[in-house]
Amino acid sequence: MQTETQSPSTTTSLDKQDLLEAYRQMKTIREFEERIHVEFAKGDIPGFVHLYAGEEACAVGVCTHLNRGDYIASTHRGHGHCIAKGVDVHGMMAEIYGKATGVCRGKGGSMHIADLDLGMMGANGIVGGGPPLVCGAALALKQAGGEGVAIAFVGDGGSNQGTTFESMNLAKVWNLPAIIVVEDNGYAEATSSNYTVASGSNADRARGFGLPAVRVDGHDFFAVHEAAGEAISRARTGGGPSLIECKVNRYYGHFEGDAQTYRGPDEVKKLRETRDCISNFARQTIDSGQIEPSELEAIDRGVMQLIESSVAAARQAAKPEAAELLTDVYVSY
Amino acid sequence: MARTITFKQAINEALDQEMGRDPTVLVMGEDVAGGQGTQGEMDAWGGVLGVTKGLHPKYGDRVMDTPISESAFVGAAIGAATAGMRPVVELMFNDFLGVCFDQIYNQAAKFKYMFGGKAQTPVVIRTICGAGMRAAAQHSQSLYAIFTHIPGLKCVVPSTPYDAKGLLIESIRDNDPVIYFEHKQLYQMEGEVPEESYTIPMGEAQIVREGGDVTIVTLGEMVHRSIQAADELAKTGVECEVIDLRTTSPLDEDSVIESVESTGRLVVVDEATPRCGMATDISALVAQKAFGSLKSPIEMVTAPHTPVPFADNLEDLYKPDANRIAAAARSVMEYQAWAPASSSS
Repeated sequence: MQTETQSPSTTTSLDKQDLLEAYRQMKTIREFEERIHVEFAKGDIPGFVHLYAGEEACAVGVCTHLNRGDYIASTHRGHGHCIAKGVDVHGMMAEIYGKATGVCRGKGGSMHIADLDLGMMGANGIVGGGPPLVCGAALALKQAGGEGVAIAFVGDGGSNQGTTFESMNLAKVWNLPAIIVVEDNGYAEATSSNYTVASGSNADRARGFGLPAVRVDGHDFFAVHEAAGEAISRARTGGGPSLIECKVNRYYGHFEGDAQTYRGPDEVKKLRETRDCISNFARQTIDSGQIEPSELEAIDRGVMQLIESSVAAARQAAKPEAAELLTDVYVSY
Repeated sequence: MARTITFKQAINEALDQEMGRDPTVLVMGEDVAGGQGTQGEMDAWGGVLGVTKGLHPKYGDRVMDTPISESAFVGAAIGAATAGMRPVVELMFNDFLGVCFDQIYNQAAKFKYMFGGKAQTPVVIRTICGAGMRAAAQHSQSLYAIFTHIPGLKCVVPSTPYDAKGLLIESIRDNDPVIYFEHKQLYQMEGEVPEESYTIPMGEAQIVREGGDVTIVTLGEMVHRSIQAADELAKTGVECEVIDLRTTSPLDEDSVIESVESTGRLVVVDEATPRCGMATDISALVAQKAFGSLKSPIEMVTAPHTPVPFADNLEDLYKPDANRIAAAARSVMEYQAWAPASSSS
């Protein structure tokens, strides 16, 4: 076995501004999801919604390393990846409400939320849909001759799709600047990854394809950040693809409305109390003297205002015009 | 005297000219060069039937052999298209589209719409279709109707070397995902093809034979069998107008409607199976929009609702031939809406 980073660590490459920004992003994702949970229960949000709360350190730990020109592809649980890649929170909230001001003009919704202008290739309603696309984005970046990278986030469910295996193989065969980040949150829908992931380790699987791979504690921002930094800098300098497996937990169900009877009693309560990535991040950075509690409190206030205003704006925004039904099917037809 | 080349050479020339013109055009697929990683000859195959032969020596790593994992490399072509490339991916036989269907119909076809217009996916998927090579059930289908059904995709089915070149260049320059179907029985067909680059617009059918009695709407290899049938019928005084659709999505509805309004009779000829296919699609179109012009019921000449058989006699029966097409045309000519009462003689 190669490196198994388990213990919390801090990364020296992050200065204070970086830390505050990472905190702000994680907090934004958390509050975004907590609020959607509440609004969905009121019946104000249509369709299928899958929340990322609890997994924030994965998205932010990875995307902190990325530039605008880098690409990511996400899963059906995509809000966190969007925010971490810089997608506008107001545009996202409006999209999830199905409004014309949404980042996809109300035509994608939660499961297809995307912003190609920012290299965010979309949440994806198809489990395992992203890795082949990321191979393509990585190929385009490689052909362009720069140092761009492309990241595919997949869940433990998606890790069992053939597309993920095929993409690891293709990325290695073509030596692509592509990275697969497996977010193993313990459940593919209602079935445990202990049951569905043969061998129990996606890192081991990746090594079978010749990819450098590590398994990290996905609740630990610093562990994810360090592993991602290594993989991304390897990819940027022609070292090819890698896989990072983040062991993590989600705080809500597979979808909003999932009664989660498959989970243990108090499982989530205990996780929130002991494993929470944002609380741990705050404690570590405050204890080490890098950040003052008041600085985090100021960020919290700003985040709450942002979420509040995004919900208010999304509620008030107009739905798409009827004519939008027929637009943007083709560039020309 | 114009130059004559084969259908296969016309496709190769289109790829060559577009790769030469635009550095974002990539070619990828199983054995599109061949020989990668071997001790032997590079560019050993140039695709399973040799269509891309010669491109690798000229364009190097822009011609990429792939593992046999269609979901990954077709998906990669689609992802590269969203990131600024113009990949032309060869998916050997169209029967294998099932392996990577999700990447085509849930991903490529829907990005632009789902993402509020922000995505552009200029990918071309070239694939071999059609029966006649004794290749049996999993290497002989004609599956364009399945993709015609999906909004966001374009489908091209050329029938001549001239069209093959012009439509492929058009497909590569097109900014939407295109599935380009190459009938394997046409690869050796020769025809006049200009050396210079040219395009043929999407959604423009061609009247390949004029006639005032019966409209025959068809595509792909069936265009030639339809012309053969029309030539036979002409000897008996029946003049057929043969329309080659060339693209099934977009579809040139106007040419079909105008022709039926003039002839009043329609035969649709398609090598594919009969249900929910181009034959039913064209029949429905005419029934809706030219009903008043029809002098007889519409006839459809298609394969039976079966897989493609292996034995040569069965496969020959499977594919519509000129005799069946001619019989259908005669039947619409002979139809009488008000037959004389049987007691009247």
